[in-house]
Amino acid sequence: MNFLTEPVGLSHFLAVGAFLFVTGVVCMATKRNTLGILMGVELVLNGANINFVAFASPYFREDNLGLEGNLLALFVIVLAAAEAAVALAIALNYYNNHSTIDVDKANELKG
Amino acid sequence: MTNFPLLLAAEINWHTVFFYLTSFIACGFALAMVVSSNVVRMAFFLVLSLAATSGLIFLTGAHFVGAMQLMIYVGGTVVLLIFGVMLTAQQAFISMKTKAGDWILALIVGGSLLALLTQIAFSVPAWRSSDYQARLQAEVTAAEEEIIAAMAADNRTELTAAEAAKLRPLLAKVKYGQPELTSQVGLGLVGVRVDKPELDSLGYSGYLLPFEIVSVHLLVVLVGAAYLARSKRSAVMQTPEGDAR
Repeated sequence: MNFLTEPVGLSHFLAVGAFLFVTGVVCMATKRNTLGILMGVELVLNGANINFVAFASPYFREDNLGLEGNLLALFVIVLAAAEAAVALAIALNYYNNHSTIDVDKANELKG
Repeated sequence: MTNFPLLLAAEINWHTVFFYLTSFIACGFALAMVVSSNVVRMAFFLVLSLAATSGLIFLTGAHFVGAMQLMIYVGGTVVLLIFGVMLTAQQAFISMKTKAGDWILALIVGGSLLALLTQIAFSVPAWRSSDYQARLQAEVTAAEEEIIAAMAADNRTELTAAEAAKLRPLLAKVKYGQPELTSQVGLGLVGVRVDKPELDSLGYSGYLLPFEIVSVHLLVVLVGAAYLARSKRSAVMQTPEGDAR
């Protein structure tokens, strides 16, 4: 149980952030449902957020980002909320006009 | 780790344990989200993954950001997404299969990206360990050696009350301790840096202007979203001629 007694470092958090980022990218690439793509975007933003917060943490390094990282993470959270609202509105509009939510059929989005 | 195992009941680093627990929950449900093709289940997995991510943010010491992650993301954004799922959840769209070619391409791209990023994350030696815990550990070791020397000089085997009182908070800090940041975020918004006082003299102006810009941006975006998301039927009901777009 050696790894349970060692303190975790910044690298571990960066690895988790990278994993969430990659799952988000794969989700965006493979899902056919518009809302699935939106959820992939949320995962990508979360992975980036973990990196910001980990670099800001005084727990790992002496020369950390400090409050800058925390505030950037807060801005990312707020902008993700805004992005989700607009993208959801566009998705609902698309659904109302075309009666489908499949992005593969969205090659004729002309309003 | 310590010479006084009675004070430090187990040598397990609980920060590490909770890190692995929450990161496995976050990564596992993110993976389940990618694999699942049912959009309702995907929304549920997303909620769990984001909640576990907020646990990870708490573990870095950014308590305010973690709380905001729970409230805005899990409480707001995901509820919005779930409403979107419910509004469009017709039988044909709940479960849409992806073509095998898309899967293979995405997994190749994703796998190589993941390998690259993980290698980068572990390639810097200074990022692998925790400065804070190493420093605390050195402090504890120094205090323990001092106490052991005093005990050897007095020829006794028990700790005095004063020595135990000196050692206990240090050990508690090693086990649980990390810096508090919650109130510093609010001060950072108005330009007072508590964590880095040397920045105060350099014309540092804080984050009030970006904060205002973000809030106005959010307002504009929500108005635009409400405009975009009107359904046709309600537009017809508002204009009696039925001439609505």
